[in-house]
Amino acid sequence: MRSFLYFLTALAVIGLAAWAYRENHLTQQAMNERRALEREVASLGSAITIQRTEWAYLNRPDRLRELVDVNFERLRLVPMTADHFGEIGQVAYPLPVLRGDYSGVVEVSGEFQDLSDQEEDLP
Amino acid sequence: MIRTPLRPLARVLKARETGENPDHIEHENRRLRLENMRDAARNQAEGRLLTLALLFLCGFVLLGARMGLLAATAPLELSVGMVEEISSARADILDREGRVLATNLPTHALYAETRRMVDPVRAAHELARIFPDIDADRMAARFTDPQRRFIWIRTQLSPEQQQAVHDIGEPGLLFGPRDMRVYPNGRMAAHVLGGARYGQQGVRAAELLGVAGTELFFDGRLRDPEQVNMPLHLSLDLTVQATVTEVLEGGMRMLNAKGASAVLMDVYTGEVLSLVSLPDFDPNLRPAPPTEGEPADSPLFNRAVQGYYELGSVMKSFAVAQGLDSGSVTPQTMIDTRGPLTWGRFRINDFRNYGPQLSVKDVMVRSSNIGTARIMQEIGAEAQQDFLRKFGFLEPAQIELAEAARSRPLLPDRWSDLSVMTISYGHGMSTSPLALAAGYASLVNGGRKITPTLLRRENVQAGEQIISAQTSQQMRLMLHQVVQEGTASFARIAGYPVGGKTGSADKPGPRGGYMKDAVLATFASVFPSHDPRYVLIVTLDEGADTTGPEPRRTAGWTAVPVSAEITRRIAPLLDMRPIRLEAANAAFDAALHSSVGH
Repeated sequence: MRSFLYFLTALAVIGLAAWAYRENHLTQQAMNERRALEREVASLGSAITIQRTEWAYLNRPDRLRELVDVNFERLRLVPMTADHFGEIGQVAYPLPVLRGDYSGVVEVSGEFQDLSDQEEDLP
Repeated sequence: MIRTPLRPLARVLKARETGENPDHIEHENRRLRLENMRDAARNQAEGRLLTLALLFLCGFVLLGARMGLLAATAPLELSVGMVEEISSARADILDREGRVLATNLPTHALYAETRRMVDPVRAAHELARIFPDIDADRMAARFTDPQRRFIWIRTQLSPEQQQAVHDIGEPGLLFGPRDMRVYPNGRMAAHVLGGARYGQQGVRAAELLGVAGTELFFDGRLRDPEQVNMPLHLSLDLTVQATVTEVLEGGMRMLNAKGASAVLMDVYTGEVLSLVSLPDFDPNLRPAPPTEGEPADSPLFNRAVQGYYELGSVMKSFAVAQGLDSGSVTPQTMIDTRGPLTWGRFRINDFRNYGPQLSVKDVMVRSSNIGTARIMQEIGAEAQQDFLRKFGFLEPAQIELAEAARSRPLLPDRWSDLSVMTISYGHGMSTSPLALAAGYASLVNGGRKITPTLLRRENVQAGEQIISAQTSQQMRLMLHQVVQEGTASFARIAGYPVGGKTGSADKPGPRGGYMKDAVLATFASVFPSHDPRYVLIVTLDEGADTTGPEPRRTAGWTAVPVSAEITRRIAPLLDMRPIRLEAANAAFDAALHSSVGH
């Protein structure tokens, strides 16, 4: 009986040793992975910093102002002043949507009027 | 230890005499001996168990403490700079909307380890080709010097330069990672940010230290490893700051001024939205402090915070406010303004003669020195000092800038009755534009003390009540009237009613006395005047409007138009809807009637 117990204990010790060995290696592997991930996070973080800095640099007020001046012909951007505020009443209602199918031939009837001389007045 | 015999002769003989069995004695002694042995063994075992238990307890406590420590510490991200004790980490500085004002950029430093160099002379010549300021022969001499093993060559490299150095192919030229402080907006808010420099340098990292401004004031906070990932939010608004700088710079150039400054402050929270001092500098290439000339003319000098000047008539508002608040006058009280007012050897004059008497309101509107002097004459020196102290004019301005504590206001040695009168119109006491902004904020925000701040705030400052709400309302109206009827007519702009007070102070000359042609023009304005949200202080140093036949130097011709243009441009940026002048006047009338009704 006693020798059986000794045998069992020895087995348990061997088993635990094997488990500890494995665990040790898993821990080291996890730490390696962590280091790799941290390096990746750090490099991505510095990449983000560079991008953010570049964004801020490209959007610096001096440069934007120069761009506005250079592109004035096309964009016609002017500094915001009190005149640019509007009333809610100045916002137009949406135009009524035409219903029905107008894709085919539409028959119309009525008097014919010559508009050729009035066309010049139109904007 | 004395071993008791199992069969002690004396007892055995005695037992034999009495006819007892002597074996009993032996048994008893054997039993006693065994009991002793058992007790000793138990004690030993108990001791061992206790020791073991203690050992285990220690072990568990140790493990527990370690786990607790791990759980309690903030997780730190590994960054390039944190490998050594020297950390180059430094938190970003953002404006109130989260736009980047200062950040770190990874770069590399270049150093040489001479023992690993293959061809030092060639390396020196190649380096001289890349960096024009390196002298090839001197560098070669340093490389070949047997005393030297380690040489710093460059603290910062651009990626192109790094590639070029790499292409030399010299194994002794090595790169060390560095962080570089970058201010992407260039000169914008230079005086607020200050600048940074390298501190302790190691091969793998170098400390970044603040030199001035908020960088120096918050140096500990910005470098604190636990807060490095949390950016510092300033109260500045980059868009507004850029606009103010642009307009002020234009005004300064047009009026040929030596310098200019502007402070924009929220009257309720004390947040400084914009702080400009011109001429300015680029914090990326912070110039060295000047070694000659007037330090106040250096671009590094922050006119808005460090510049204590006699600001002249803008200070009249405080004299009038004190008169109103103490109850000695009302806006309609007539004040004797016959000049000149003589006091001993001293005469007080007005810019021009305003007749025998003016109402308190007109003293403000016309800006009469004699008028404010007469108002303050009745109040006296002690009350004036107390009043100005409550507004914070007697101490250095409190703001989150390293320079602020270094300069203090210039006060009279002896606060005589004459000082009382001159200080009432802004002479004999110096004030910084920032302190003036805080003072005007308190004047118009309902009378609460405001401490200026450069940090973003969510809440209104609940400062001490220094003047009554009614006085504050009267001051709003008077400042409004100064613009509508008085010296600041150029500040009438469409859409935004402005209230304000001008000040044109002759600058003190280098040999005492005042210079005639050197005027410091100030305009302190609040807008919108009927319900002030912001206070804007604009100062122009020695500006002159030369469009007329003779140069006009008073603030009404210099600081006021510049300030008006700034207001016109920034009010829409501050999400302020335009309002018609009649509506503002109606608001004043309503406030007047409600205060009369109470």
